[in-house]
Amino acid sequence: MTEKREGEFSPKILVFSTNSISDPGIDLAGLLKMHYPPSAYTVSLPCSSGINPDWIIYAFKKGFDGVFIAADGTDCPYRDDCSELTAKIVQEAQTKAQDIGINPARIKMAAICSVCAEPFVNHMKKFSEALIKMGSIKNESGGKDVSS
Amino acid sequence: MKKRIGVYICHCGGNISDYVDVKKVMHSVENEEGVVLAKTTVFACSDSSQKEMVQDILENKLDGMVVASCSPKLHLHTFRSVAERAGINPYEYIQVNIREQDSWAHSDKPEEATEKAIRLVRSGIRRAAQAKPLTPNEISVTNGVAVIGGGAAGMRAAIELADTGLNVYLIEKEHFLGGRISQWGALFESGERGEELVERLYKEIIKRNNIKIWTGAEVESFSGCVGNFDLGIKIHPRFIKTDKGCEKFEEIIKQCPVEVPDEFNFGLTKRKAIYKNYKKAFPEQPAIDIDNCTKCGICEQTCPEVFDFNQKVEKLNLKIGAVILTTGFSPYEPKEGEYGYKNSDTVLSLQQFRRLMELSNGKLVFNNKEIKNIGFIYCVGSRQKGGDNKYCSRFCCTAAIHTSLLLKEKYKDIKTYHLFRDIRTYGKQELLYRDSCKNGDIYLKFDENQPPEVITEGENTIVRIKDLLTEGEEIEINPDLIVLVTGMVPRNNERLEKIFKVPIGRDRFFNEIHPKLRPVETVIDGVFIAGTSQGPKNLTESILSSLSSSAKTYSLLSGGTLQLEPIVAIVNKNACEWCGKCDEVCIYDAIEKKEAEGKTIAYVNEALCKGCGSCIPVCEQRAIELKGYTNKEIMGMIDGIMEEVNG
Repeated sequence: MTEKREGEFSPKILVFSTNSISDPGIDLAGLLKMHYPPSAYTVSLPCSSGINPDWIIYAFKKGFDGVFIAADGTDCPYRDDCSELTAKIVQEAQTKAQDIGINPARIKMAAICSVCAEPFVNHMKKFSEALIKMGSIKNESGGKDVSS
Repeated sequence: MKKRIGVYICHCGGNISDYVDVKKVMHSVENEEGVVLAKTTVFACSDSSQKEMVQDILENKLDGMVVASCSPKLHLHTFRSVAERAGINPYEYIQVNIREQDSWAHSDKPEEATEKAIRLVRSGIRRAAQAKPLTPNEISVTNGVAVIGGGAAGMRAAIELADTGLNVYLIEKEHFLGGRISQWGALFESGERGEELVERLYKEIIKRNNIKIWTGAEVESFSGCVGNFDLGIKIHPRFIKTDKGCEKFEEIIKQCPVEVPDEFNFGLTKRKAIYKNYKKAFPEQPAIDIDNCTKCGICEQTCPEVFDFNQKVEKLNLKIGAVILTTGFSPYEPKEGEYGYKNSDTVLSLQQFRRLMELSNGKLVFNNKEIKNIGFIYCVGSRQKGGDNKYCSRFCCTAAIHTSLLLKEKYKDIKTYHLFRDIRTYGKQELLYRDSCKNGDIYLKFDENQPPEVITEGENTIVRIKDLLTEGEEIEINPDLIVLVTGMVPRNNERLEKIFKVPIGRDRFFNEIHPKLRPVETVIDGVFIAGTSQGPKNLTESILSSLSSSAKTYSLLSGGTLQLEPIVAIVNKNACEWCGKCDEVCIYDAIEKKEAEGKTIAYVNEALCKGCGSCIPVCEQRAIELKGYTNKEIMGMIDGIMEEVNG
């Protein structure tokens, strides 16, 4: 478990998972009582190739410090090229983020299979650590839109 | 019109409420926009709770509902039915997972888990506020099912499935059917021998034209969706034609000059390169172990027409609607030195001993020594304090005691000592324990922290035990043979786990969605598990789960069609400028170019759309969305999570 050190914040992570593959993998982490930072929130979709890059930018505007895409990788029940399509979405979102002054490293993608409980937990811990180093999204020019 | 939403926060006994302050969650969301009522419930899935929900919906004229409980994998359909019974469209029901993804994952941080629950429930409420009524899509399904593993559970499932009219593909890795049960000998309580049971099942199988058996076959690939999967299998040659017989197989086997340890007998005997596991193994034709065959040609001299050394590995692609995994267990193999295993000539595992009994005639002899005293040491490889196998293997107490009764029947003067931790002969198996005690079998109980000591002095083996039944008295026995009552461990299924992506539990067996409510289903729709692939079971229990998974498969495929989530793409006619990118990315040909209201736009053929959403990010006009996952819904969820939590 990533322990929160004094003065550190708990970065809020939005996880996009998939209904039939990565979300069950994330469930399995809970089932096995494996711990990861509680500030990770999952929104499950049919397939990671259907993520609208605008949602990612919207999440930053609303104050999420990082967005993690738990993609299906080669297990995708819909299409073989799911990873490439998802990678394109990540790229587009990263470009958009950079354009408005958000560190593109705040967007991360990894393949999480239906039994990938441990990899998911490790990703969450590492991503959380990385986001702690990057600091709060509020400190970035394009980050949380306080007026909204 | 604004939605009227009911919110239920489940305790799940204490699974949620032990870590998440459910009352606080309720109070934090009860004033959210649209929420008409918010309640906590001890078990949302209980019958009484479901009835209360229906009543609430009708009395308060609700048109939206949120239950925050376990994973939607478990109860989404339960609560969708509740909604439907009360007249709400099932897709206006939203399930929020605050168990697997909150209370269990963050049991170490209850306060933060509570905050997360509040945010998640709020996110669910926002989604419910935007959810639109939807109608499910129907797809046709393939009338075929694969059963992976031809042991008792797999064979029984194949028969049951075939009788429902499904085409069954029974796939067995070994060249012979029967699995572990064919190694066992007499079974409790019928006394029927494993081999006989296998023969009975096999004869039933071959009566049915809609069961196709492949032995020596392995699964190579698995793809597609529930109702329509592709299963790739690889069939290793037997080098003997299965459609031809020869009356001299026994003679041919004897003539083979090659001898290798016989795995079927756990190395107690040797077998030839052309072999059968046992005389009446099925299919009837022997198989050739090509890795050990010297190709001397002796076997071919008799009945040359049945041999075919040119047989090649065959690959097949099967179209199936569902699959049942009945891959069984492996016996726990004690570590070298564990109670003298492998270090002493007087120590065998229970499985080895059962083979020894099967192979013995007249006298019970091992290593040229007649066996008159046997010491059984229980719980070997099960209920381990330090090891991986924390579980009880459930069958072994009964198996050992049953073995002891069989010994007494066959060899009148034999004495047995049972060195146990606890005797778990549940249900009617308790009668065996009673009979064994009546027979004069001696029971000695040890503490898990003070297991018996096995001391080998030359040919003499002594077992020392501190017996709790005689207030800790140190007792020494001097058995001719020690039988380690070894439990069940999962088969080495790593490859299959990767192919089917079925979750593995803490015990490393295949994991069902829910041990009580959905005991043979996995998170992968259309993939079922049965028998000892999902954990230790006795044969009765194995067959029960095998029949249960057959019934589930039948109910899934029998209608010929499946109702699929009505999650399809939808085009905003006003925003669409037809650039064709959605059409390019769609691999299901679900997008058509259409003229409507004076302009060219994209049109979604809902029968072809699979609802992956790949068309969404490629649309620069953002004119395409997925039903059930619209911008309003997703952004609403993000808003719900991110708004501050007070208190």
